[in-house]
Amino acid sequence: MALDAAHEAFKSWSKTSPAERSKLLNKIADVIEENLEMLARIETVDNGKALRETRAADLPLVIDHFRYFAGVIRADESTISEHDENTVSIALHEPLGVVAQIIPWNFPLLMATWKMAPALAAGCCTIVKPAEQTPTSIMVLMELIGDILPPGVLNVITGFGPEAGKPLASSKRVAKVSFTGETTTGRLIMQYASENLVPVTMELGGKSPNIFMKSVADADDDFFDKAVEGAVLFALNQGEVCTCPSRILVHEDIYDVFMERVVERTKAIKMGNPLAEDTMMGAQSSNDQLEKIMSYMDIGKKEGAQILCGGDRAGLNSGLETGYYVQPTIFKGNNKMRVFQEEIFGPVVSVTTFKTTEEAIEIANDTMYGLGAGLWSRDAHELYQVPRAIQAGRVWVNCYHTYPAHAPFGGYKKSGFGRENHLMMLAHYRQTKNMLISYDKKKLGFF
Amino acid sequence: MQKYIARVLVSEEAKVIIDKIKDTHKNDLMFHQSGGCCDGSSPMCFEKGDFIVGGSDIWMGEVYGCDFFMNEDQFDYWKHTQLTLDVVPGRGSSFSIEIPMGIRFMIRSRLFTTEELDKLIPVITGEEYLAR
Repeated sequence: MALDAAHEAFKSWSKTSPAERSKLLNKIADVIEENLEMLARIETVDNGKALRETRAADLPLVIDHFRYFAGVIRADESTISEHDENTVSIALHEPLGVVAQIIPWNFPLLMATWKMAPALAAGCCTIVKPAEQTPTSIMVLMELIGDILPPGVLNVITGFGPEAGKPLASSKRVAKVSFTGETTTGRLIMQYASENLVPVTMELGGKSPNIFMKSVADADDDFFDKAVEGAVLFALNQGEVCTCPSRILVHEDIYDVFMERVVERTKAIKMGNPLAEDTMMGAQSSNDQLEKIMSYMDIGKKEGAQILCGGDRAGLNSGLETGYYVQPTIFKGNNKMRVFQEEIFGPVVSVTTFKTTEEAIEIANDTMYGLGAGLWSRDAHELYQVPRAIQAGRVWVNCYHTYPAHAPFGGYKKSGFGRENHLMMLAHYRQTKNMLISYDKKKLGFF
Repeated sequence: MQKYIARVLVSEEAKVIIDKIKDTHKNDLMFHQSGGCCDGSSPMCFEKGDFIVGGSDIWMGEVYGCDFFMNEDQFDYWKHTQLTLDVVPGRGSSFSIEIPMGIRFMIRSRLFTTEELDKLIPVITGEEYLAR
């Protein structure tokens, strides 16, 4: 049904002017802004993350992403080239059609926006499948913005992966599948796409290194303080972020002074009811997620990793006893351990040391993945050279966990392909119509 | 006497679920261990043959009548550990077949001892598996 509606809507939506699409995207952004507090609260209830994050990060970014794509579509231009005095080539963008977008549960509204905004800006109609754990906030969003777009342009289907996601991803009637998730399902979606010969883009997670060079500890100043926070950002969103900086690589000479501060800052994280104003870290999203994190605590200990702090469930009281709360945890070990290699998707970071820049780069790249990375240094040369040597799609330099719409985001290696955010994203939702025009009245001369 | 030591074991609870799914779907099942974000690092259960394995996969053995695979580069980081297929209440977010039942397969792990490492079941690639 959603496919029928979307195909019907595409006939006219694909012909709307960029000015019209831009106006509607801006309107969506305005409505979300007017309802920010309510949506932030619903997102927190849906997912379990702290309200201070949904208020200050998730929702403001959602609004800004809609405005960004409303803006870029106005300035976007096709290209024209004169091959010779009588031959002109025009390369025009045309929307792909009806696309399928499968959304993860860690940032239900923001990840949906990352996919919806560029698709709609490009003139595609979309069928969005939210994760089965977190369908609520996006349904509320649809109630708020449902009347802004023409019927059938933006469709949401809910349900379990095997029953809703799979039929959508394998449908012959979608022109593209965009997926955020894990590797096995990624391969399965590519398998379906290979049968239908449609393009896919994938974001499949990572095991992001956060590298702290020796110069970080040259002074105990604001920058040192920022770097300490940068290491503790593994706990943002309870660690349920594809780019979670889940491996700390710190120069051995500054290990003691740096990690002492990191452990202290980690222990100061206040856990509690996600809706409470002073809660810094909320609950994991589901029981199976909690169990998986605990299984990694277990294997980390069995492999001999040393626990610097945390290491267990958080025994909260006042009605939160059965909640999925996990203590922010720091393991110390080596990069071959499984806690250094697998995405735990919880507030768990593994720290190891390096002696030389070469060793830091080698450890950073010793992973299947290449999504995010962090590099902290006061050395101007390192600030450029080390990020270039790291095989990851996004290297934060002297910062971490910022996601502006204007910066392309995506993976190297097994972290996937294709990008999200940035105007280049439009290319993933359009194809190129080339008109090759001859203004020459003379024949070729072959026949 | 068992000649080889298995790389993947299965809990009694998981066996019950496998039987139930087989009964509902009237088909054999297979597992592929996932990596990456969200529902990653969890085993995915499909009807046998639904997920196409290939030369980059490792067949780690049979678990209660189901073939169990992992991608070779992931296997490289996991091969020193024995896995146990278990099941917990929950709600994954992938195409794994058990999810509508309100449960999720998961993996528990332990390290092999040095003596065990010499007696492990030999693995074959997905390509060799298909050619059997």
